Amino acid sequence: MRHLLDTRTLDRATAVRILDVAEDMSDTQSREIKKLPTLRGKTVVNLFFEDSTRTRISFEAAAKRLSADVINFAAKGSSVSKGESLKDTAQTLQAMGADAVVIRHPASGAPQTLATSGWISAGVVNAGDGTHEHPTQALLDAFTIRKRRFGAESRGRDLAGITVVIVGDVLHSRVARSNVWLLATLGAEVTLVSPPTLVPQNVSLWPAKVVYDLDQALAQGPDAVMMLRIQLERMNAAYFPTEREYSRRWGLDALRVAGLPDGSIVMHPGPMNRGLEISSEAADSPRSTVLEQVTNGVSIRMAVLYLLLAGERDDERGGDQ
Amino acid sequence: MSETLVITGAQLLGAESADIIVENGVISEIGAGLSRSGARVIDAAGLVALPGLVDLHTHLREPGYEASETILTGTRAAAAGGFTAVFAMPNTSPVADTAGVVEQELALGEAAGYATVQPIGAVTVGQKGERLAELGAMATSRAQVRVFSDDGFCVFDPLIMRRALEYVKSFDGVIAQHAQDPRLTEGAQMNEGTVSADLGLAGWPAVAEESIIARDVLLAEHVGSRLHVCHLSTAGSVDIIRWAKKRGINVTAEVTPHHLLLTDELVRGYDARYKVNPPLRREEDVLAVRAGLADGTIDIVATDHAPHPSENKACEWQAAANGMVGLESALRVVHQSMVQTGLIGWEDVARVMSAAPARIGRLAGHGTPLEVGAPAQISLYDASVAGVFTESDLHGRSVNSPYLGRDLPGRVEYTVHGGVVTVAGGAVVEELNA
Repeated sequence: MRHLLDTRTLDRATAVRILDVAEDMSDTQSREIKKLPTLRGKTVVNLFFEDSTRTRISFEAAAKRLSADVINFAAKGSSVSKGESLKDTAQTLQAMGADAVVIRHPASGAPQTLATSGWISAGVVNAGDGTHEHPTQALLDAFTIRKRRFGAESRGRDLAGITVVIVGDVLHSRVARSNVWLLATLGAEVTLVSPPTLVPQNVSLWPAKVVYDLDQALAQGPDAVMMLRIQLERMNAAYFPTEREYSRRWGLDALRVAGLPDGSIVMHPGPMNRGLEISSEAADSPRSTVLEQVTNGVSIRMAVLYLLLAGERDDERGGDQ
Repeated sequence: MSETLVITGAQLLGAESADIIVENGVISEIGAGLSRSGARVIDAAGLVALPGLVDLHTHLREPGYEASETILTGTRAAAAGGFTAVFAMPNTSPVADTAGVVEQELALGEAAGYATVQPIGAVTVGQKGERLAELGAMATSRAQVRVFSDDGFCVFDPLIMRRALEYVKSFDGVIAQHAQDPRLTEGAQMNEGTVSADLGLAGWPAVAEESIIARDVLLAEHVGSRLHVCHLSTAGSVDIIRWAKKRGINVTAEVTPHHLLLTDELVRGYDARYKVNPPLRREEDVLAVRAGLADGTIDIVATDHAPHPSENKACEWQAAANGMVGLESALRVVHQSMVQTGLIGWEDVARVMSAAPARIGRLAGHGTPLEVGAPAQISLYDASVAGVFTESDLHGRSVNSPYLGRDLPGRVEYTVHGGVVTVAGGAVVEELNA
């Protein structure tokens, strides 16, 4: 694997391979000494143009557990705000000898621009770009669903036949986009539930069903319900009238959680707005995988960095651009 | 003033072969076997002779943004593309909203000598959409401005638009509208549709263009004024213009070469060379604007030539500037998208790229047929060749062309501007013989 830029172009075999390597990584994390020597001497740069402590420390933990050297680069001003340009930042990192760049950027497509510009030879991992994709989040979500469903029998499996409902602001969500592509590639059936204002105007080509009524979607008894974080500032742009109305129509409240079939899980990428898109009853119930997702995130990111940097570039293609 | 030229064997509008004599900047004779002693002979055997092309929509960046383009470099690019006249949009710094600025642009164009530069005046002061600029002063200035536009911005306030349409009637002016509802396009990055859904880029919906065009044709009808619609880009816009013309409304419309050829699928790589406003649209829209141009609903092709320095394109999509250079490639793109597809012939090319834009802009001395007595504005085009478009085809100061690396037919061999040869053998002439 040369880069991981999106899940849209990730094929099934590569996706399953990443999940399987993450299983191996996960196994090592239950040992007393968690650190592996695999990436000793490699330098991973966390290039964050947007604050995201959670994602940054998850990548940092993953890199450190593989013995890579980690540089955290919090770029305050992107060229959007007339600071140093992406090109100059990239060339600076190149000059410092970065082997992999993990980039979080507010502009959709910035990781792809970085990977295809010729400014840098390092592998690029998209850690969330604008409203485009967040591939490692989707991978850790798929990993979590697979692990809950198949446990120790997970390796080699995809998600054929599993039903997933994704609820919330699909329009602005990179998590939703990455999950739609990845889950569909893995064989899951995806239903998006959203106010009509918060789904892209034309998703006719997406491998997902769109409904506006949460109760209708939940009545199908999905295997997983994934709640997306809602940004309160969307209210001011007339996407929905009030917090209360949003919560009533699209929030996962106690009653809705209680109606889910046994075995259904409740997911959230965090950070949660308790009482808005998700109730405490849902977030704290045994169904909730919120903390497992965090744990699995480290394993997935270890797997991605490993596949990017540990000499398997030639026999893996997925995600290449 | 200019040398005597004998152009031999040119195919007039791609049809019958003839010799053309140019003397004192005027076509003095057309016929067979012509010669003049001491004249410069241009062998045009096999070349299509077109009237010098006229571009109603360019951004020449001077004054103010000379790092992107100057009137000299922009008109050299124009000549390379077969143009003999270009209209310059007013979004300069300062904005061309006074007689002083438009007269300066006119003078710079005359000094450069590569093409006639006809300034377009801003509709509102500073293009802010609030108060009318001194349109009359620009009209009666030496630049004789007849086209007014806030291009880059829409004249969004319906009352200001109405007043502007009414006011310019006193000097036969026209308002060239950049049709874009600003509220519906806040933060917009590309055409809203299936591709923007995948890419997570904020959408620029077709309705933001179509609703303004619909409003403006109704306003033009109500006050009996002349309206020109810039860079129309959607199938719906073509329908509205078709309806308006049928109703007798005095409206003209333009399409850019890039909207005749390129689609929003190209945005998938986030290559900012494809970022333009209005954005590249769907395949259906490309086919609709081609059909509209072929049936006369759309009157002209204009480039919207928009040079930008490389740092404004070599960056993430969202931070990149809108716009593409287009002068050097325009005729070749029209050749590929309209002529090679059999939709129009060279006579139509002469109409949509020369006669009609000159008429809409009320520009004398351009867009006239190739006939005795006409000013010698001539393009000689080799339609039989093809090649990859490269930076060596570009002659302006910026290289933000979406066609680099793409196969395009044709080549402009000669451009004659007012009897002066500005392009010879495909190369821009360095020292004009004026």
